[in-house]
Amino acid sequence: MFRIVRVETLAPGIRRLQIEAPRIARKQKPGQFVIVRVYEEGERIPLTIEKSDPQRGTIDIVVQSVGKTTHLLNRLETGDAILDVVGPLGQPSEIEKFGTVVTIGGGVGTAMAYPTAAALKQAGNFVICIVGARDRERVILEREMRSVSDELMITTDDGSYGSKGLVTERLQEIIERGTHIDRVLAVGPILMMKAVADLTRARGIPTIVSLNPIMLDGTGMCGGCRVLVDGKSQFACVDGPEFDAHGVDFDTLLRRNAMYREAEKKSMDQCYQEMESHGR
Amino acid sequence: MADRAECPPASLPLRERMKIPRQHMPEQPAIERAANFSEVNLGYSEELALQEALRCLDCRKPLCMQNCPVGVKVQEFVDLIVAGDFLGAAAKIREDNVLPAITGRVCPQEDHCEGSCVLAKKGESLGIGYLERFVADYEQRMGVFHVPAVPPTGKKVAVVGSGPSGLTVAGDLVQRGHQVRVLEALHELGGVLAYGIPEFRLPRNIIKQQIDYLRATGIEFETNVIVGKTVTIDELMQEEGYDAVFIGTGAGAPLFMNIPGEQLNGVYSANEFLTRINLMKAYKFPEYDQPIVDIRGKDVAVIGGGNTALDAIRTALRLGARKAYVLYRRSEAEMPARAEEIRHARQEGIDFRLLTNPTEFLSNGEGWLSGVRCVRMQLGEPDASGRRRPVPINGSEFDLPLSVAVISVGTSANPVIQSTTPGLATDKRGYIQADPITQRTSCKGVFAGGDIVTGSATVILAMGAGRRAAKSIHEYLTTGEW
Repeated sequence: MFRIVRVETLAPGIRRLQIEAPRIARKQKPGQFVIVRVYEEGERIPLTIEKSDPQRGTIDIVVQSVGKTTHLLNRLETGDAILDVVGPLGQPSEIEKFGTVVTIGGGVGTAMAYPTAAALKQAGNFVICIVGARDRERVILEREMRSVSDELMITTDDGSYGSKGLVTERLQEIIERGTHIDRVLAVGPILMMKAVADLTRARGIPTIVSLNPIMLDGTGMCGGCRVLVDGKSQFACVDGPEFDAHGVDFDTLLRRNAMYREAEKKSMDQCYQEMESHGR
Repeated sequence: MADRAECPPASLPLRERMKIPRQHMPEQPAIERAANFSEVNLGYSEELALQEALRCLDCRKPLCMQNCPVGVKVQEFVDLIVAGDFLGAAAKIREDNVLPAITGRVCPQEDHCEGSCVLAKKGESLGIGYLERFVADYEQRMGVFHVPAVPPTGKKVAVVGSGPSGLTVAGDLVQRGHQVRVLEALHELGGVLAYGIPEFRLPRNIIKQQIDYLRATGIEFETNVIVGKTVTIDELMQEEGYDAVFIGTGAGAPLFMNIPGEQLNGVYSANEFLTRINLMKAYKFPEYDQPIVDIRGKDVAVIGGGNTALDAIRTALRLGARKAYVLYRRSEAEMPARAEEIRHARQEGIDFRLLTNPTEFLSNGEGWLSGVRCVRMQLGEPDASGRRRPVPINGSEFDLPLSVAVISVGTSANPVIQSTTPGLATDKRGYIQADPITQRTSCKGVFAGGDIVTGSATVILAMGAGRRAAKSIHEYLTTGEW
C-alpha cells in the first residue's frame, strides 16, 4: 500500500497527489512515470511523476480525471492509500546543454514537461516554456514553470489567460522572431504533439515528444504500448516514453488509444451510477 | 491415515501390477469447459491414485528421477502413495520440488520422468504428473505445513522475479537457513504462472496456496519492484546488504512478426492478451476495470504452435469466440505444445490450420483488424533446430476473416537488468550468461537462471536452474569462494 500524504487541486479535475514511495523517490528522473492500480479490481494506468523528494521518500503525481480510475484517484484524500505504485518507468529525458530549448506543456502534459524543463535549465540551457490550456482555470504549474524558464508564454484556447490560441502559434512566433531553437520538447494531447512535430519538421528543429499510449505492465513484457517510430515498432514503456517527434506515427497512436473507448465509457457510466446510488 | 481408502495390497505381484491400465485423468467435458474458466483436469481420487501408483515397477535404476530437472525421487513418493501415506509422499516431493501442485499440472512430464518410464516402452508410462498433483492437492486440503526449523545463517539473498525459478531458489535457500526476499515487478506473485498460464490449466488459488506455503517457511515477498528501475542489482548488494542475488526474470519481451498491420486494433501479443485475462481478469469486465476487446461472436486466431499459443486461443474460445484458429507454419509433428494440450484444444473445437503462415494483417479501413493474409507452406529440409523448414508455396495466398489476432511466436530477452548492471555479461541475443552448473554470472555474488539465461523454455527447466542456483549460492555463502 502506498499512502497519500498530501492532496492539492491544481485545476478543475486535475489534482496533485503526494505519495509515500521511498524506493521510487530515490530513483526518479525527469521524463519518467509510474503505473498505479488503485484497488483490487482496478486496472493498471500510467501517470506522470511531477517531482520527487528522496529525503522524505515521496513522489508527486498529477492526475486528470478522464476515466474511471482517474476519477476514483481524484476522490482519494490525505491518509488514503493506493494499492500498487510501480516505477520509475521509462527512459529519463535526455538532459544536456543544447542551447535554446522550447518546452511545451499542453494541459496536464505540463506536469510531465516541468521536471524536464527544470533539468534543462539547470544544465545551462536557455529555456523558453509554453504552457497551453483550455482556459484560465486549467492552466497548471504556472509558478513552477516560471521558476525554471528564461521566458514563459501562456496561451489559452479561449484567451481567458495569456494569449489566445494554440501552443503551435506561440512556437511559430518564436521561430519567426528569429530566435534560434536547438531543441523542442512537447508533452500534451496527441494532436498537439503532432502539430508541433509538423511545424518543426519543416524547419529541421530537433523535437522530442513524450507519448502516452495505453499501457499494461510497463516493464516491456506485453507490447501493448507499441508505437511506430520511423516505421519500426517501439515499446513506449521501456524504449520511451520520449521519442523523436519527426518519426512518430501519431495517427496510429490516436487510433490505438481509442481501442477501448466503448469499454471505458461503460466503466465510467457504471462508476457514475454507483456514485449516485451512494448519494455522493 | 484415518481416511485412507481401501486399496489393493502393496504386495500385489508384479504380474498383476502390470495388468493395471494407466488410470484416466477425469476431465471436465469438452463442451462445458469450452465456455468456462474452471480447470480442465479434475484430479485423481484416492482410488485412482492408488491404482495408478501400483503400476510402478520399482525399477532398480529409475530413469524417471534421473530425467527430472529437479530430481524428484519419483519411486520413493510413489511407494509412499502405495503405502497410503499421501502426506509423506508430498513431503518427499517437497525435498526436491517446492511447487508440486504447479508442476503436477503444467510440467511436460512426457519429456522428462514419464518419457523415460520403462512402462512407456510397451504401453503407457506411469502417470507421474497426475500422482504428483494428487499428493500436492491432498496436502493442501489437509492444510499441513512442514516448516523445517533450521538455524539462521545470517546471510541475506535477494531473488529477482517470483516465477518458477525464483520461487525454487527462495524455497531451497530458506530451507538452508538463509534470509530470502523475493522482489516482483508486477503487483501479483508467480511471474509467468500468474500472468501467462490460464486459470483453466492452473487455478489462481493453487498458485496462491503454493506461495503461501513458501511464505510460511519464512520467505519475504515484495511486489511492485522492478529491479533495474526501482533498485539496481548493485544497490541491492552494496546498499541493502544482500550477500547474493539471483536473477530469474524470465524471457519477457514479446516478439512480433514484423509484417504489415501489426499496429491494427485487435492485434495482440500473447503476453498482452493473456496478461489482460489472467492477471487483470479482463474476462470479468466490468466487475474488474481492465478491458479486453469484446470477443463474443467474433473470429479469433492465434499465430504460433507452443503452449502459450494454445493457452491464448483456448482462452479466446472461453471468451465466446465464434471461430478459434491456430495458424502454425509447420505441421503438428513440429508443434512445441504438449500433446495433452493439443488434444484438449481439439476436443474443445479449436480449428488447427497447419502449414499456414500469416504474411499481412488486413484492416477494415478504420484501423481495426478485419482479417489475415496467409500463405500455405510445405516442409523442406531440416533447419538449425532440427525441424523441417517450412517453405512457402507460391500462389497459395488466401485471406482469413478475423476480428482478433494473437501473436505467439516467442519472446526475447528483456534488457532492463542487463542494461543497468555494469559488468553483467550477456550473449549476443541479450540473455544473461550463466554457468550451466553453478548458474554464476560474470558478477561476483550474482546468479541467474530460467528463461532469462536460456530463452523461453518450461516451468520445470526454470525450476531445475533454480535448484542448481540455490545449491551454488549456498556454497558461495558458506565458503565465501567465488
